[in-house]
Amino acid sequence: MTEKILEVNDLKINFNTDSGTVQAIRDVYFDLKPGETLALVGESGSGKSVTTRALMGLLAKNARIERGSVQFKGKELIDLPEDEYRDIRGSEIAMIFQDPMTSLDPTMKIGQQIAEPLIKHQKMGKKEAWDKALDMMNLVGIPNAEAHINDYPHQFSGGMRQRIVIAIALIDNPEVLIADEPTTALDVTIQAQILDLMKKIQKEFGTSIIFITHDLGVVAGMADRVAVMYAGQIVEIGTIDEIYGFPQHPYTWGLLNSMPTTQTDRGSLEAIPGTPPDLLNPPVGDAFAARNQYALAIDEKQQPPYFQLSPTHFAATWLLDEQAPEVVPPLTVRQRWAKYQQAHPDASNKHAKPVEASAILAR
Amino acid sequence: MVENRKKMVEVKHLDITFNKGRRNQTLAVQNTSFDIFEGETFGLVGESGSGKTTIGRTIMKLYEPSAGEVLYDGTNVHDIKKKADLKQFHQDVQMIFQDPQASLDLRMKVKDIVAEGLDANGLVSGKDERDRIVEEMLETVGLKKEHANRYPHEFSGGQRQRIGIARALAMNPKFIIADEPISALDVSIQAQVVNLMQKLQEERNLTYLFIAHDLSMVKYISDRIGVLHWGKMVEIGTSDEVYNHPLHDYTRSLLSSIPEPDPEIEKAREPIIYDPTREMDGKERHMIEVAPEHFVWATEEEVPMYQERAREFGLI
Ligand SMILES: Nc1ncnc2c1ncn2[C@@H]1O[C@H](COP(=O)(O)OP(=O)(O)OP(=O)(O)O)[C@@H](O)[C@H]1O
Ligand SMILES: Nc1ncnc2c1ncn2[C@@H]1O[C@H](COP(=O)(O)OP(=O)(O)OP(=O)(O)O)[C@@H](O)[C@H]1O
Ligand SMILES: [Mg+2]
Ligand SMILES: [Mg+2]
Repeated sequence: MTEKILEVNDLKINFNTDSGTVQAIRDVYFDLKPGETLALVGESGSGKSVTTRALMGLLAKNARIERGSVQFKGKELIDLPEDEYRDIRGSEIAMIFQDPMTSLDPTMKIGQQIAEPLIKHQKMGKKEAWDKALDMMNLVGIPNAEAHINDYPHQFSGGMRQRIVIAIALIDNPEVLIADEPTTALDVTIQAQILDLMKKIQKEFGTSIIFITHDLGVVAGMADRVAVMYAGQIVEIGTIDEIYGFPQHPYTWGLLNSMPTTQTDRGSLEAIPGTPPDLLNPPVGDAFAARNQYALAIDEKQQPPYFQLSPTHFAATWLLDEQAPEVVPPLTVRQRWAKYQQAHPDASNKHAKPVEASAILAR
Repeated sequence: MVENRKKMVEVKHLDITFNKGRRNQTLAVQNTSFDIFEGETFGLVGESGSGKTTIGRTIMKLYEPSAGEVLYDGTNVHDIKKKADLKQFHQDVQMIFQDPQASLDLRMKVKDIVAEGLDANGLVSGKDERDRIVEEMLETVGLKKEHANRYPHEFSGGQRQRIGIARALAMNPKFIIADEPISALDVSIQAQVVNLMQKLQEERNLTYLFIAHDLSMVKYISDRIGVLHWGKMVEIGTSDEVYNHPLHDYTRSLLSSIPEPDPEIEKAREPIIYDPTREMDGKERHMIEVAPEHFVWATEEEVPMYQERAREFGLI
């Protein structure tokens, strides 16, 4: 078994607000091996950004880590003193933030912003660092980079700013790259270039990537494993083939079913009805129950445990309980199952066993 | 049919140049023309940096054209100067901004952000009405009325985007420029917001300029689509035709890179790479109607080639 580079164990994070305590992250477990890409997908507000900001030690002031641990190469990161964190952040764990404007300094030339990690962490000379910065600008596809290296962030388009942020994160070859919606602001051709660049860097340096996105198409081409989040929890986690081919949680079904393809007719797009629960008062049972057409009576009362389908595949839904009635998933999901079961004749959801959440970490 | 539809917006030979004459001069938009009909959704797609936001902001009167003009409801927006006219314009035309973080005042409560335009234009008579509209708008975009008293930083990226949408809708506009309104949202909420925008469009006869790079979503929501590349419109047509029968090579390359939710397809994908050198040959190009209502940016010599493509597709 290869060493893990990252292990998140029983993480729970609350926010204090005027209206009360927001329970944003509720008992999250996952891990990451060297060179691996884990995708975090899920509803807006489900806790993807907060989870990863916690890894970076960059939570908002009103956040409180209630319990849990985050181990980076065996070292505990929770409550790590800020000066030790600063050595890790940006050089060993780098993050591409969701909102490019907030992570760029509006008053600083972008060349300087890209070169800074090199000057700071590698003590590189200014000239050399700026040359590297220029290379990086070209690599992420900033046209005519040389003429724009002295420009300020507001002089770039939304997608170009995003590419600059990506350049900053990659320039120091981090061991773990956390990419929060890195290509959401980009058109598909540039997106494809950036994803290729990330894969290339990953291959060369063995970088581990946590990739946050809501685009299941992008995930399909990028990730080794996928964790689906809902209301502060991971509701399903598995290899890419397991999640796309043999999804078990009704929320995962909904996600896969609400992506339009170029064939989808106007007015026929299936949205998951309703809105996510208020995390000020998370529901007692399964958080997805209110929006789940497959909900069972027990969902209102008791949170489902994880049911294990394979050494790598877990889903928290009562539908996998041996007493649950058989349900018929949406057509597109049934088609995925059929194809998967052809390739994996042993695949079955009939004998999934309830397990402790920590079983996710035992692969 | 098309002839008697009212033109809501006419963009005519628009040029926008930033930092003119300097080293970092950028020809953001060049000689671009298109119309948006009342009640339709015009989708604008194209490479990052191709000028989509710049066009949207120019229609909003946030930038001055370097050449060309923009007409709104028959009037050159440049000439809208009287206070009452400006007020009407800023009520009728709303923009949902690409960067939610940058466009929301972080020190304001959500309810004050949503009511910002209403207050500025004196459109509500009292606190009760104001609260009612704010609540209605928050619920419309899938937020909760309890969120009204919170601040933007207490929300996730996608939730913040919905605050921006609620703010635009609160003004009861006629024309909405939606700059990547859903790209920060996850797919299930995207579907909700897009379905909502379509419902509002039917109920209120709204007109949309919908800027996005998610081609499947643009295809789904738009009646017609314009494809921009390097500040130039290279193709315009009905969304079905542009998607199913793209004529310009850049459009073809864009379409070949749409990721699909299937690991097998994604691992095997080989996108068509667009080679832009041809369009830099310095030859004069115009929008040519190659098939009915389907325009391509071409030189005289290229027209037969595009006609041949259109014929292969059975468009002519
Ligand atoms: N500083 C804060 N104070 C209060 N609540 C917060 C704060 N930051 C985040 N939250 C809440 O925590 C939850 C998780 O937010 P997070 O940003 O992790 O969502 P996300 O999954 O990244 O969503 P998106 O896809 O929209 O970016 C949300 O309900 C959000 O409103
Ligand atoms: N205020 C400005 N000053 C200087 N240059 C600018 C300014 N705004 C935009 N530009 C430049 O104009 C070009 C077009 O930018 P625009 O923001 O319109 O692109 P876009 O198509 O919206 O891209 P994206 O999909 O990345 O948002 C880019 O090269 C950008 O750098
Ligand atoms: Mg987020
Ligand atoms: Mg833009």
